Amino acid sequence: MSALICEVVYRGIFQKNLASRITRGIVLSARKSGRWGIAFGRYGDSPQRNGIPAKDFAIVADTKEELEQNMARYEPKHVDVTICVDDTLAKGVESWAWYGLQPINRLTLPNGTLLMTSLQPFEDLLRDIHKKDEPYTLAVIRARASFSGLWVYKEDHTEVRILGALAKIAPEFLTLDGVCQAIGEMEWGSELKVASVRKAYERLEARQIQPGEGNAEVPYAFELPRWWEMREGVTIPAIPIGKPKEGGKGYVPERNPYFKKFTTRTMRPVVDFDTCVKCNLCWIACPDSCFDVMPDGTFDANMEACCGCGVCEAVCPVESCITMVNEAVFEDNASQWDMWRKDKTAYKTWLTDKITNKKATVRSHGFRFRGQYEEEIKTDLDAGGAEITAGIPGENAKHKTI
Amino acid sequence: MAVATKTAPAVAEDRELLISGSEAVAEALALADIDVVTAYPIRPYDTVMQAIAKKIANGQLVAEYIVAEGEHSQFEVVKHASTVGARVFCGSSGVGWAYAMECLVVTPPLRVPMVAMVGNRALDDPGAFGVEHNDALFVRDLGWMLVWIDSSQEALDTTLIGYRLAEDRRVFLPLAISADGAFLTHSQALTLVPPKAKVERFLPPYNRGDLLLHPDNPITVAPQANEDWVIEIRRQNNEAMARAVIVIEEAYADFRTIFGRGPENPWFEEYMTDDAEIILVGMGTISLPIKVGIRNMRAQGKKVGLVRLRWFRPFPTDRLVAALSKASVIGVIDRDYSFGSPFGSGVVANEIRAAMYNAPKRPPLVSFICGLGGREVTLEDVYKVTDLCYNAAKTGKSDTKTHWLGVRE
Repeated sequence: MSALICEVVYRGIFQKNLASRITRGIVLSARKSGRWGIAFGRYGDSPQRNGIPAKDFAIVADTKEELEQNMARYEPKHVDVTICVDDTLAKGVESWAWYGLQPINRLTLPNGTLLMTSLQPFEDLLRDIHKKDEPYTLAVIRARASFSGLWVYKEDHTEVRILGALAKIAPEFLTLDGVCQAIGEMEWGSELKVASVRKAYERLEARQIQPGEGNAEVPYAFELPRWWEMREGVTIPAIPIGKPKEGGKGYVPERNPYFKKFTTRTMRPVVDFDTCVKCNLCWIACPDSCFDVMPDGTFDANMEACCGCGVCEAVCPVESCITMVNEAVFEDNASQWDMWRKDKTAYKTWLTDKITNKKATVRSHGFRFRGQYEEEIKTDLDAGGAEITAGIPGENAKHKTI
Repeated sequence: MAVATKTAPAVAEDRELLISGSEAVAEALALADIDVVTAYPIRPYDTVMQAIAKKIANGQLVAEYIVAEGEHSQFEVVKHASTVGARVFCGSSGVGWAYAMECLVVTPPLRVPMVAMVGNRALDDPGAFGVEHNDALFVRDLGWMLVWIDSSQEALDTTLIGYRLAEDRRVFLPLAISADGAFLTHSQALTLVPPKAKVERFLPPYNRGDLLLHPDNPITVAPQANEDWVIEIRRQNNEAMARAVIVIEEAYADFRTIFGRGPENPWFEEYMTDDAEIILVGMGTISLPIKVGIRNMRAQGKKVGLVRLRWFRPFPTDRLVAALSKASVIGVIDRDYSFGSPFGSGVVANEIRAAMYNAPKRPPLVSFICGLGGREVTLEDVYKVTDLCYNAAKTGKSDTKTHWLGVRE
């Protein structure tokens, strides 16, 4: 008796359909080798919210009894394979208040696999992924965060490439033939997609990660209060008023210490304090009150509070004063203003490096122009990207059952 | 927090007024000096709404009187007023109470000590005005305290006790006072109205304390929560309901001391039960025909008694079991229905069956459904109920059938 438990960590809205297609694919592929399975979604916050980290699961087992045994809880506590289809989630996820920061590999079993789509080198990913006490395998399919689950975007084959990779990771449950059969015959009905499965199977990159290897940060965590410790009347204390910065100047608002929300962020604002005209607009427009007012009257986006919505960039009247940059190129949440004050020349170099990086400043979640995603996907072809096909993923099959 | 203090008559002794159950509630509201009342008309609750409006118009009560556009808003408005520290009153009947359901559901977890009057009315369809208890019973599982009364005097007294109970920090739960439509809401009886000075000794001002929504006490009320929080909140509500049992006993005892009247047993009235072979159980004004019937039957040597249940939530399990265990047979008359329930019985009968489950002595129980839609419960009905109970006494077994009485057959 044995079972394979997989989780898919994805970003709400953007990848909701993609994630469910992956988990369905796992079950349908395993079924081709006579396995039983179930695919299901769980969520802390709503997967309908933009960018909120959410999860889908797939369990396949030899017998119905073993499947039930693994289903008799709200969601799996340990998984054989963690699948992450957006590498900005490598820094961890926080989908609800009091969850704390949960490392992306938190549920991955010893000697299990973290399977990611990413264009980053392993060492860059490991600066984000928290260290573990047990070894595991980091497997990477070269691809950017996929949007093909959204009906307005084109196919990029991410879901079948993940399945092809799984055939290599867990061949005892998902044989390559089983996956190809499922893709060819069932909901997908596409030979082109079968080819993508085989390519992913061959091109999968994997590396053994040793205990202690990875981001050494201790993720913040909370104890949930007992029923008699909680306030009555479904009430919580309001967030207190904030405090001025040094010398009684500036202003830093208090923030919810139990829900920082920054794992929702896929891009972050980079601020040029030298060109800031102190107009207040970013501070006023920010829906999360993430800007701290500095003693000199400039505004520092607090990276513990920023969800990365980009409203500040949109309202800033100064060219290139606020620029949204992909989260993947940052390694910590340190204050940009402190960096700037310490060494203005060094900050200018750092800033220029970030905001002139074309790959990092294109919108990763939401686009500047029609067709941007298709262009990007094509340019990724050399790195193992997929052909773009017309139509809606999973909607072309003659054999589609739902 | 109550603000209207200047208009109470400075009379030292009780006055005797000829008033209906609804008017008696309104008298109590003036004495309790409520701050905010919301209104939306539906018979028979509208009688209390009119009586309050009159009191405000006459300068006997200073309070915000807000006419809502429906029961949903009506209950929502008082909920918010209560969280900022106002003593509030609200009420409805039948499907009006049902329309407020979403607000009724959130009131107990937010620990809002609202007092509401339900003028019990049959639910639609058919559109009807007569009494049935199913409306108030909607909220029986949700953390509302539920009490049934059977006289104008009890209406006035229970309203005063109700604020004292609901606003006790150990409780902070809403209370619905059920008054049978027509039989109580529209019947005027001689009622003692106490002076305000006595009421002030009994009823302290509403103090919302740490739960007060105020700029000096910044809190967020009712945030979204996930599965990590909900069961703890339910557990808190359960504890508050358990504490209400203690507070009810205290409040009735203090009421007796200060006002010189009121029952020693808050939970239910026992009428001729000391030597009773048959104990009938019911809620509300059904007590009248039953009491008269009992007197007539006693004249013929039949030892029959009545337990009129006042408090349905919290349910007085231990005391009720002790009282009913004395009987040879228990006959429960429900003025409500629960289609498809165990034995097809009404709600009260099945609650009592559940309460008796662990009792060392479990007399046979016969259940009846009677007087729905405001139909009169006649003396003949009471005699028939008693006869069927005596049949069960002969066999010594519970009757598994629920008897519908007063139905054209």
